[in-house]
This record gives sequence, C-alpha cells and structure tokens, in this order.
Amino acid sequence: MNVGDEVARREVVVDRARLVRYAGASGDFNPIHWNERVAREVGLPGVIAHGMWTMGAAVDVVVDWLGDPGAVLDYQVRFSRPVPVPDPGDARVQVVAVVGALDEAAGTARIDLQVAVDGQRVLGKAQVLVRLPR
Amino acid sequence: MPVDAGYVGRVYPPTPAYEVARTALAAFAEATGATSPVYSDQSAARSLGHPDVLAPPTFAVVVAQRAEQQFIADPAAGIDFSRVVHADERFTHHRPIHAGDRLVTTLHVEQIAERAGITMVTTRCEIADEAGNPVSTVRSTLAVRGEDR
Repeated sequence: MNVGDEVARREVVVDRARLVRYAGASGDFNPIHWNERVAREVGLPGVIAHGMWTMGAAVDVVVDWLGDPGAVLDYQVRFSRPVPVPDPGDARVQVVAVVGALDEAAGTARIDLQVAVDGQRVLGKAQVLVRLPR
Repeated sequence: MPVDAGYVGRVYPPTPAYEVARTALAAFAEATGATSPVYSDQSAARSLGHPDVLAPPTFAVVVAQRAEQQFIADPAAGIDFSRVVHADERFTHHRPIHAGDRLVTTLHVEQIAERAGITMVTTRCEIADEAGNPVSTVRSTLAVRGEDR
C-alpha cells in the first residue's frame, strides 16, 4: 500500500425516507431534514441531509475495506456544502477513499475521503485514522 | 441576541449513564447504509475479539448530542437554532463502543469565536465508562449566523 492508492469507492443513494430513518436512529429531529416548508423558511433550497448522515455513510466504505469498525481510531470532517434531497427523487453521494499518509511504525494509515454530489465536494478535510491489520 | 462568550471554559457535570442497546446500534447502522454483520451479529463481533456488537464510527454523536443540549438549548447561551449550521465534527475513539456499555459524558465548551458576523461554537464531549476510563472524545463546531446575515 502506498500514499495516493485508492482503497475503496462507492455511490450512496439517499432519499427522504432514509433521512426520516436517520432522524429516528440518531435522535436528531431538526425539521430542516424532513420538512420542506421549514427548510425554505430558514433559507435553504429545500430539505437537506443531516451532515452527520453524510459523515456516517461516507466512512462505511473504509469500514468494509478494513473489515472491523473497531479499527477506526479517529474520524473528522468539515461540512462544506449541504446535500439537498429532493422529493420525489434522491441524491447520489460519490465516495472515494485514498491513502493520505502511512505510519508503518505505529501500524496506522490516514485515509482521505473525497465525498461529492453532482461533482461538488460536500465534505472537506474528511480524514479517517485507521489501525492496519497486522 | 449574540452567543454569550462567557460560556467558554464551562464544564458541565457528568451526564447520567447512557446504556448502549443492541437495537440502537443496528438501527443506526441501517440508517447510514452500513451492512457489516459486526453491528448486529454478536458472533461476528466476537470473532473479531469484541465482547458484543459494535457501534458504527459515528454512533458516539448520539451520546454526545444529548450532552451538548445542556449548553446548546440553554436560552441564556443565546444560540438561535434556526441560524445554526453544523461546521465540523471529530471523533477520537480510545476504544470501540459496544452494546452493553454504560457511557457517562462530560461536556466542555471549548471555544466561541466570531468572525465576519458568524459565531463558531466548539464543544468537546469526553465520553467515559462508569469507572471513568476514556471511551471517545467528540468535538463539534456549530456556525451561528448573526441577525444581519
């Protein structure tokens, strides 16, 4: 494995039903994630995905590559652009995971996530520090 | 009303324990599209050396957001939620969270900084087990727009 190698990629589809499910599972019932009227009243183009949904969905490619979620030591993102979720329809989130740095002595790697919708990055500085299998 | 910068440095008392339920982990995994059996099948988790089914890497937000409410929802803090967007989030896991954990969270208000009419509010949740052993550190920053923006 070398810095710059792509280790995983995936397209994740999100619709309104998925956001309602995430609201229930996370306890985040902010209406901008399910109520079009409220979202527009606060100046958004419409209902947007929870940033935390996008963060959680994006890291799953790394978990599946590693085979063990317990190997994720640190994970950070900046929310750089909202993800509008139309109704009817869905949004398609493209996730690419690339090796950003390797620390062979520590047995860890930093995996950088490129997360985009319609070619525009929605997460910035999305970095996952992982323990590599021995 | 602006965000009250006098809250910086405040440390809240530890929360009552949050008990991590298997069903909560499976529902959170399903909602984020995660399919690893380690989130729902105890034998799959044990085969990797874990005592019970694991939490997905961002599940700690469920625990942290409950603690953050002590500050965010305090009217005196002056955070108008209709003007808030989530700016960043970071999880540092000292060990994986698994079903059966009883987690106690201590909320710290780390930073309140204004620039160009936007107030950045950073909190840190130290999540530990009931014996005080560290489990996860969760840092979160909210951006609060001023009333003229």
